[in-house]
Amino acid sequence: MNKVLVGVAMCLSLALAGCSSTSKVSGKSTAVPIEERSSGVGGEAGGGVPGAGVSTAGAPGASLASGGVGAGTGARGGDGAGAGAGTAGAAGAAAFQTQALGAAGAEGQSLGGSAGSVAGTGNPVTDPRFKDPNNILSKRIIYFDFDSYAIRDEFRAIVEAHARYLRENPSVRSILQGHTDERGSRDYNLALGQRRAESVKQAMSLMGVQDEQVEAVSLGEEKPAQEGHDEVAWQLNRRTEIYYQGE
Amino acid sequence: MFPKSLLSFLTSVRPWLSAFLIASLLAPAMAGAGMTIEIIGGATNKIPVAIAPFVGDAGKEDDPAEVVRTDLQRSGMFELVSTSGLGKPGEAQSIAHAQWRARGADAVVVGQANRLPDGRMDIRFRVYDVVRQIQLAGFSYVVPAALSRTVGHKIADVVHEKLTGISGIFSGRVAYILKRAGRYELQVADTDGDNSVTIASSPEPIISPIWSPNGNKLAYVSFEHKKPVVYVQNLADGKRKAVANFRGSNYSPAWSPDGSQLAVTLSKDQTSAIYLMDADGGDPVRISRGGSLDTEPAFSPDGKWIYFTSDRGGTPQIYRMNTSGGELKRMTFEGSYNVSPAISPDGRYLAYIRREGVGFHVAVQDLETGQNQILTDTLYDESPSFAANGRTILYATLVRGKGVLATVSVDGLIKQRLSLSGDLREPAWGP
Repeated sequence: MNKVLVGVAMCLSLALAGCSSTSKVSGKSTAVPIEERSSGVGGEAGGGVPGAGVSTAGAPGASLASGGVGAGTGARGGDGAGAGAGTAGAAGAAAFQTQALGAAGAEGQSLGGSAGSVAGTGNPVTDPRFKDPNNILSKRIIYFDFDSYAIRDEFRAIVEAHARYLRENPSVRSILQGHTDERGSRDYNLALGQRRAESVKQAMSLMGVQDEQVEAVSLGEEKPAQEGHDEVAWQLNRRTEIYYQGE
Repeated sequence: MFPKSLLSFLTSVRPWLSAFLIASLLAPAMAGAGMTIEIIGGATNKIPVAIAPFVGDAGKEDDPAEVVRTDLQRSGMFELVSTSGLGKPGEAQSIAHAQWRARGADAVVVGQANRLPDGRMDIRFRVYDVVRQIQLAGFSYVVPAALSRTVGHKIADVVHEKLTGISGIFSGRVAYILKRAGRYELQVADTDGDNSVTIASSPEPIISPIWSPNGNKLAYVSFEHKKPVVYVQNLADGKRKAVANFRGSNYSPAWSPDGSQLAVTLSKDQTSAIYLMDADGGDPVRISRGGSLDTEPAFSPDGKWIYFTSDRGGTPQIYRMNTSGGELKRMTFEGSYNVSPAISPDGRYLAYIRREGVGFHVAVQDLETGQNQILTDTLYDESPSFAANGRTILYATLVRGKGVLATVSVDGLIKQRLSLSGDLREPAWGP
């Protein structure tokens, strides 16, 4: 509950702050801040993705929340949110959200809403194997060669371990984030990052993981793990990261 | 051998010279905007023009004459002639053409800027060809005082067009992303960096801003929900809508020339493909097929074609298809990485990014001849877009690790670099 209040308060204060016009030309206020996610960790690709979901407050069939795994999978998977899983595409067609940035309500609620949407036997958040450096399940990053989305042999075991876990815990949801190094077009890199995420998802499907358990998204070159401009940094940025709902 | 009157030479052979005289984008910023602009290169034959001080009580900050001077000078195409000692002719008096001619000017701009009792500014100007001793243009404006600089840019556009035959681009607006202090700000500013307004700001990346054809909206991609989602935002009231928020990634918005549709890249059907949808949001229809990675759609100005990047041939290259996805044609064949297509408003040129060795450069293809040329020697170019006159390309690049915006003329001769404290990226020229 506290999280919701904090979230709403933050949203309102940011919305109010944003109303000041910075334009000399027109008197209209056009500065529009986007609310900060209280769980967001700036610049850190590993920070709080699934927990920061934004639910489409109260919209039935709105299974594609504009958010991470927390809210999105809740609706998509049908566990607890009441929305049918269906195919993502069909459900998504009806799911447009009109967001007025001043409407803090929808965004504010999400911070509370992400709690409690997990069901199922496995819980990667509490399962110690996911944090134990000696356990393969704590390994979450698959690296790629330049311009490539092929999974290298040395990472197969990691993919298999997570696939096995997901297969054995069919109500657990995960999100795969694909990334690229900074070189080249941002948009092409979004597509390439998407390929890298899809590549891991496909490998998992072949091992029996259900489609609705995994969402593949791309962050392109936008969230590098390393900020440098050399191959040392670039190779650390060409990656897919595995996150679980609730992290 | 230069003819006695450069100006009449120019006007008589205008079409030929148009190929060489390239409009350059950005005048230097005033100190207030904080943006630094460096000019590199310039036209081979600069037109000498005198901008006489305007009569009236405009303050220094808002002086339209000063805006005209800086715009024209930094365009790389004009030579400013000194006006000292020749007074303030204003715009109502007759012009002493011979006097200006004797100074070496081919043209002179005179005018006035007076404050009205209600606080608005009454700004008038005339531009004369002092060789032929005729007036080329004259306009008057009554505007709120805050728009004095904008009027200065409009005057510079008129002068530019009258003297070179090419529309000026000083009075437009540009959108870009400024990253600083851990935040991403989508800003819109004058072409000299002044009058910047923050449209949206977020701790997560914002990319791919693109103007609607009527200039009233911006579409962009935001990562505020930790995955790419396409938004359309009204500039007037700041209201926005997530128009593409499907499962997976949603990015690369492009407006159809009539503003009614958006082309976007969606990954919702297990592959990155290009879809068409209503600009207000609605069911997307997939139009690209056969590739495993199709993205970066860009409409041709006549709305018939969509250019895009695809790896269907094995490496990322630029293709063209019609709006139903048929009549596929490959556009780039040189090198193994050609991406980010942008079409000039007159449909003549395709700008894009080519990787050569370790560098990513802005390149341009003449769509009639098929000839390709690399225009830049900066190494990390991205996001090319054309100015409204089709002669200048705006793009982003890295200089010593810092994100800056840059322009290059389609012939590669005139270049500018713009920087702010912070990283600049993803520029988009307003219509």
